[in-house]
Parts: sequence; structure tokens; C-alpha cells
Amino acid sequence: MIKTVRSIAVALSAAALLSGGVASAQSVDLTGAGATFPYPIYSKWFSDYAQSTGVKINYQSIGSGGGIRQLSEQTVDFGASDGPMSDQELAGAKGGPVLHFPTVMGAVVITYNVPGLNRPLNLTGDVIADIFAGKITKWNDAQIVAQNRGVALPNSDILVVHRSDGSGTTYIFSDYLTAVSPSWSSSLGKGKEIKWPVGLGGKGNEGVAGQVKQTPGSIGYVELAYAKQNSLPYANIRNAAGRYITPSIASVTAAAASMKLPKNTDYRISIANAPGKDSYPISSMTWILVYQNQPDRVKGTKLVSFLRWAYKDGEKTAAALDYAPLPPSMVAQLQNRLKTIRIADTRVGDAR
Amino acid sequence: MTSLPVDWLEKDRRKLRVDASAFSDKVYEALTAACALVVPALVIAIALSIFAAAWPAFAKLGLSIITTSNWDVSGGHFGAAPALFGTLVSSTVALIIATPLAIGVAIFLSEFSPSWLRQPVGFLVDLLAAIPSVVYGLWGIFVLIPLLRQHVMPFLRDTLHLGATPFFSGPAYGPSMLAAGVILAIMALPYISAVSREVLMAVPRSQREAALALGATRWEMIRDAVIPYARSGIIGGIMLGLGRALGETMAVTMVIGNRLEISASLLSPGYTMASLIANEFSEATNDLHLSALMAVGAILFIITLIVNAVARWLVWSVARRRAQ
Repeated sequence: MIKTVRSIAVALSAAALLSGGVASAQSVDLTGAGATFPYPIYSKWFSDYAQSTGVKINYQSIGSGGGIRQLSEQTVDFGASDGPMSDQELAGAKGGPVLHFPTVMGAVVITYNVPGLNRPLNLTGDVIADIFAGKITKWNDAQIVAQNRGVALPNSDILVVHRSDGSGTTYIFSDYLTAVSPSWSSSLGKGKEIKWPVGLGGKGNEGVAGQVKQTPGSIGYVELAYAKQNSLPYANIRNAAGRYITPSIASVTAAAASMKLPKNTDYRISIANAPGKDSYPISSMTWILVYQNQPDRVKGTKLVSFLRWAYKDGEKTAAALDYAPLPPSMVAQLQNRLKTIRIADTRVGDAR
Repeated sequence: MTSLPVDWLEKDRRKLRVDASAFSDKVYEALTAACALVVPALVIAIALSIFAAAWPAFAKLGLSIITTSNWDVSGGHFGAAPALFGTLVSSTVALIIATPLAIGVAIFLSEFSPSWLRQPVGFLVDLLAAIPSVVYGLWGIFVLIPLLRQHVMPFLRDTLHLGATPFFSGPAYGPSMLAAGVILAIMALPYISAVSREVLMAVPRSQREAALALGATRWEMIRDAVIPYARSGIIGGIMLGLGRALGETMAVTMVIGNRLEISASLLSPGYTMASLIANEFSEATNDLHLSALMAVGAILFIITLIVNAVARWLVWSVARRRAQ
């Protein structure tokens, strides 16, 4: 009986999906899919943009992997990802060359639950790598104490909490650890999923934060925006210039601004452990992925106009939602780079 | 003379009605047949597409997907034995907790409960099945896990000295196989209890009266006359609950700790096949990774198929034994 009810429910929801798909296909101008991390800012952009221009954009936050897959299969007009596409993925894209356009930046913070702390912990990349690799197991380990003079650290076990789901957050975090720790780089590496040697897995930022909040002695990593909105404690991290930096929107933008980009960069760049004395080291960009050759004239023009608007007006609203805007110099370069998108075999500039 | 045409008319009308109903019968038959065929067709289509998507992983990795324990995406190793283990263990724990509770509820409601209490209690138990699993998961994180970590786990391990056995040893973090088992037990309970209650209520009055007439106490009557009569139905209910436990994803993912490791201790974190798919599917770009996740789904599909087949067989064999 219950099975029958279930199959009816499945059939109904499938019908609802189909009809929903048909209805939205008629009124939407552009469709995109991908990363969940920038979804809040993207949905604000799309709604602002629809209000000012009438162009409707439908975005499905199905995850970076799904975004890359759908772009490769050409089922969406643009993709979005928290990690750059690999060379192999680029080669597999069916619509030709794919361009990476960074939109905003995010950071990953180290949050912890250590009873009795009177100020934020100071941590270095080596120490974080050793904690998450299971090599440092006590809070009063000499390496942690050395960076936190005057802080009473308990003689208790460290419980590592990491993400269980594949995520851009894990990518950013492991990208940083790979950049700063040779032992991490050679054993665990970077990726959206890591073969964690120790600890518990929580699903989503909320899963990690919930576990850390409840368990004395635990340590985990979450997105800066999530940590700020939920008032979690987070550590100051020593950057490449040797200073302990508090994660903030300003220190993330500073990290991107300190990067010296080669002239013909494809923007598949990591800003982990960026130079510059004010850079927060565990920072990363998130990208919108578009085909360089846009076969559909109408859609291609709308897509380029949207990206132009995003760099001009969208960036200003990023900070309000706890995303770090790109530095102005990089925005100017990216505005120029939009001209390399070819629409139906003519350059945007030529068409005007 | 006038009566004859009227008779004819009457006959014609009757014939007409018979024809009309025969036609509507045919339409109705065709419609229900279509409905009945769509569902199995859907099941077969789902099975085919899962196995097709899983094929590259089976071809490349073979049975190492379920016999090895090294799941390393970047290294290209996909051994999901800990997830298979976790699925089976968490469901077993769930049944061990839920079955006696659910049958207790069912016996109370069918045999002892005053009639004014039967409806509301039965309704509330059934309501457990209507709660979304993500709500169970949240409740698990914020209520169940702190309770287990601070009170239940230390009690089991230290006060009862069960820590001396491998099954309750090790540190108690909270998220664990035990937490998953308890959540699953609560979720499976309404299915088992609803089915058991119905079959117990369907036991004929004469069966009870005969037992009482032979001088049985109420408990003896239930044990010797009612439960054996309802046994096949109760087993069916338990298998329905097991099916629920095997496939549950969201709530389990939120409380099990998501650690790919086989551990004898119920206090340590684990993983299930459904959780593995839910966790990794959305960010899987690599083809082999995707296919390996599909293979895990295919194996889960086979396990549920086996469970259903075993349930059918149990129900059938119990029914046959009673008939003899």
C-alpha cells in the first residue's frame, strides 16, 4: 500500500517537474548551473539584473561538478564552479574552448571549540596541515603553544571535523594546505574530496559547524560567510609575509590584489597563500564558465551584457552578502577580456 | 397487441445497457492495465539506467568496489566495503531496537488499549512516518547526539562495562553507528507497528475465545493463539521497516559521522551506501568516480531486492506452515 502511494507521489512529482520545466523554458532568457557557494550572491545579481533589464536568468545550484558537466554537454548557457576546470575537463567540453571568469571571492576559516580561550587562536599552515593529517593530536602540543603564548590550552584530544560531501570549500582548504605544506602535498593533495586520515565528516557548512559547536576539543573548517553569519570563533592564520591575519572581506580582496598575474592568464589561478602583508591566505575565487564561441547570437549577447553588468554593478553588492569583491584592477582586465568572446563568429566589439 | 413493441423496446434497452457497460468495462480495464504496467516499467527502466551508468566502474574495478576499503577519489581507488558494512549494521541495529517496540505498541493497541486511546495513539505512531527525514536529521544533531554523547554512551561503556567488549569501546564523539541506528529505528517503527497492528486486529475473535475457553491467561492467549496467527503479517511489516532503513539517506548522513572505516564499535562513526552517494554525487566530475557511485547505487538496489525477496519467502513459508 505504502509502495503504491510512493510510486504515485513519484509520478506526480515527475509530472510537476516536467510542467515546471516547460513553463520556465518559455520565460527564461539564460540558464546556468553549478556551484552552491556563490548561489546567494548570484541569485541577488540575477534578480537585480532582471529588474533593471528584464533579462531573466535561471540558475540551478547543483554543485560545481554538475555545473562543469552540464556546460560540457551544452545543456546550459553558462556554468559556475568553485574550482577551475582541469585541462582534461577543458578538452572534454563539447562546445570548444571554455573561458574562466572569476566573479567574487570567498575564504575558508578555521573554527574550533576550545573551552576557556580568551582570544582567537593563532595558527600556521604547517600546524593546520599536521592537525588535519592527524599528526598533532593534543591542544597543548608544543607547536600550537609556541604560536599562542599566554593562552591556556588544555591537555585534551583534538577532534577533527571535515566536510563529508564533495565541496568547493574542501577544495579551497586543501588547495591552501597543498601550497604551504610539502608533506600534505605529497600525501593527501587537493580536491573536492580528500581521503581524510582522521576525524568526522559533517554534511555542509552547517554539519561541520554544528559538530564543532557541540564537541569540546574539536576543530573544523567552514566558509567565512557562514562563520560570520553564525558568529563562530575563528583563528588568525599566518600568511606568506609572516603576519597573523584575521579573515575578513578586506583581507581576502587584498590577497587577490597582491597576485602578480601573467599577461595572458586564463584566470585559472589559485590565490592560496598569496604574498602581500595584508593577504588572508586561505582565499579563493569562484568562477563563471562560458564558451568562447557563442553559437546563439541572442543568448551570447545577453550573456556578455550580464557579465559586463556583474563587473560594473554586481561587484558593489558582494560585500553586503559576505563575499569579497575582486580588486578594481582585476575587474578592469576582466571587462577587457569579455571582448574575446565571439558571438556567432563576430566579435562583440565588431558587432556594434 | 400493444404490449409486444413495449416488450421489445424494453429488451433493446436492456441489451443496450449491457453493451454500454461492457464498453466502459473495457475502457476501465485498459486504463488500470496501463497504470499497472507503467510502474513495473518504471522500475525496470530505473534499474537499467543505473546498471548502464555503473557498468564502466564494474568493468574496470570489478568486485573490488565491495570487497576493498580504500576510497580515494584523487587516487582512483573506489572501495566501498565500509559503506556496505555501515548500511547493513545500521539497519540491523535499527531493527533490533524498533521491532520489539513496534510489536509492543501493536499488541497494546490491538489487545489491551481502551478504545478511546486506540485511535489517538495509533494516529501519533503513524504520524512518525510523515515527518521529513531532514527534520529527523536536525533533531538527531541537536537533541539525540548530545544525549547519546553525554549520557547514553558513557552509561553503556562505563557504567554497564560494555566498553570491555569491542562493540562499545573507544571514544564517544556522538555521531556514530549507534546514533544512525537509533534514528533509523524511530523512522522504521511506524511501518512495523502499523502493519503489525492491522494483522493483529484481523485475527478472528474465535481464535482468542478458544484460547480463553481452554483456561489461558490473557498473555498466554496472545502468545499462543494471536501472535502465531499473525506471524507472517508481522514479518512482512518488519521487512517493510528494513526496506525503509536500508534506503534512508538524509537523516543518516547527518548523524553517522561519515567515516569510511569498518569498526566493530557502535560508538565510532561509520558510513552508509546511500550517504556516500548523497555526499559525493553533486561534486563528482571524474567519469570513473561518477560510475563508481552509480555502482554503489546498483549494489544498494540489489540488496533491497534481496531483502524484498527474503521477506516474500518468509511470509510465504510461514503461511504455508500454518496451512499444514
